Amino acid sequence: MKVVTGACVALVIGAAIFILGKIVISGLPGISLEFLFSKPGMGMRAGGIFPIIVGTLMLVTLTAVLVLPLGIMAGIYLAEYAPKNLVTRLVRLSIANMAGVPSIVYGLFGLAVFVLLMQFGKSLLASALTLTCLTLPVIITSTEEALRQVPSDLRQAALALGATRWRSIHKVVLPAAAPGIVTGSILGLSRAAGETAPILVTGAAFFLPKLPDSVSSQYMSLPYHLYVLATQVPNVPPEVTWGTAFVLVAGVSTVSMIAGAWRSVQRRKVKW
Amino acid sequence: MAVTPTHKAGRRLGRATRRRAVEAVVRTLIYAAGLLSIVILAAIAIFLVVEARQSIGEIGLDKMLSGTQWFPTGTPKLFGFLPLIVGTLAVTGVAVVVFVPIGIGASVFISEFSAGWFKEGMKSVIEFMAAVPSVVYGFLGVAVVIPWVKATFSLTSGMTALTGGLVLGIMSLPTVISISEDALHAVPDALRQGSLALGNTRWQTVYKVVVPSASSGIFAGVMLGLGRAIGETMAVLMLTGNAAVMPTSVFESVRTMTGTIAAEMGEVVYGGQHYSVLFSVGLVLFAITFLINLAADLVLERQRKRWRR
Repeated sequence: MKVVTGACVALVIGAAIFILGKIVISGLPGISLEFLFSKPGMGMRAGGIFPIIVGTLMLVTLTAVLVLPLGIMAGIYLAEYAPKNLVTRLVRLSIANMAGVPSIVYGLFGLAVFVLLMQFGKSLLASALTLTCLTLPVIITSTEEALRQVPSDLRQAALALGATRWRSIHKVVLPAAAPGIVTGSILGLSRAAGETAPILVTGAAFFLPKLPDSVSSQYMSLPYHLYVLATQVPNVPPEVTWGTAFVLVAGVSTVSMIAGAWRSVQRRKVKW
Repeated sequence: MAVTPTHKAGRRLGRATRRRAVEAVVRTLIYAAGLLSIVILAAIAIFLVVEARQSIGEIGLDKMLSGTQWFPTGTPKLFGFLPLIVGTLAVTGVAVVVFVPIGIGASVFISEFSAGWFKEGMKSVIEFMAAVPSVVYGFLGVAVVIPWVKATFSLTSGMTALTGGLVLGIMSLPTVISISEDALHAVPDALRQGSLALGNTRWQTVYKVVVPSASSGIFAGVMLGLGRAIGETMAVLMLTGNAAVMPTSVFESVRTMTGTIAAEMGEVVYGGQHYSVLFSVGLVLFAITFLINLAADLVLERQRKRWRR
């Protein structure tokens, strides 16, 4: 039976290697400075993906600005302030359920509330707010987990020295938990960067050769661009499509792998 | 001379008051942020209902749920959800067949039969698979799985429920494996040692003691994988061919609920009937995934309580 379960693991590893290998082998030849730093041309069949990379980075940055304060504060609430009662239980249930809401449903919500009701239109801001809702549970959970790993001795020592509750959290607990919070946030944001369905209905543009000039303009984004190239535009040279896929996967997975590795190093280094 | 102490005392009092004020403000902000998730989840439910209300009033939820034909632009317009629901079930069914055995098998091997370095390595593999965006899985499916399905089963088109389900099954593996492995890992070693001491073999121990003890966590992992598969949009949109007809086998093209919303929302008049119908589809989708996640969460909570001591 060890062989059977081993075969399952081998299948998983095989799938991962295949995904990575296929994208690297087919994508790498299309990558050049010109591809990364020029605009798409000939109906997206030639040229580069510069506006697409910039659009993605702007969207993720704006999402980070919105989601990080909210998510980290909510994480502090759960780890440091939350009483053991029904409300806290409900908060936890909501977070677990938010994590399971399909991303296209977040898209519907963003369309109804941010695009139409609040009249932000299809824009960077509407998409970033939608992704904020989608990423929030990830940031909250990882922040809470990081704070819980800080031993209570540190909190009690700070309180015994006369610090108020917030001061002890702000000056002692948060710095100690910072590596965990930072890596958790990076992981959450890198997932947001790869989301397609929610931005499809809230602001990503099919084709927009200029860079977005404000948070109320539309934008191009890597995941949506890959979808467009793969299914909507005929006769795209394979190196353009695979190159786009390579940039997306390389960006998202490199960032998450580095963040994940750094977190486990930190965990091993700091022994409370 | 008497001025200084009073002055100092006054300043100290001022600082204490200020600190208390800061403390109160911060506390309020943090409590507000803490409650935000309830607010957002409730707002999602409320706005889905608000936007779906028009279609529910004009067509009726029962009519939509039991309708067998989906012709949103035909005359007369037909908004029957059944083809979409069956499409979702077909794709998800294939995914379950892929991810349940492979996911549970892999997590048993990682937790019970492998060394520490291997576990660490597998963590990176799982993290990588979870980090790959769904649109990339969809693209790989278009490039690799569609031609493979077409050739292997000699079909006229490789865009089938089977294609979508296979890719979806692989995409759900990271969720299933990481949660099941956590559950297996949480089983106390005393149980394993007790079983081995009674003369059971390693495999008997796993099969009769460890897996049953972790069964609720494994169940939760499977449920979360299922939720992910039902809610996944881009990969199925790119792989299943999107024919909104009742499939008779998994070798036919299907259209899922998620795919319908993503494909048609770009073409509707905002505020119109079709727009509202798509929100009704979203509402059904939200209700299904909500129930699945609730079940998984309740089971996980029970498991957490069981091994706390």
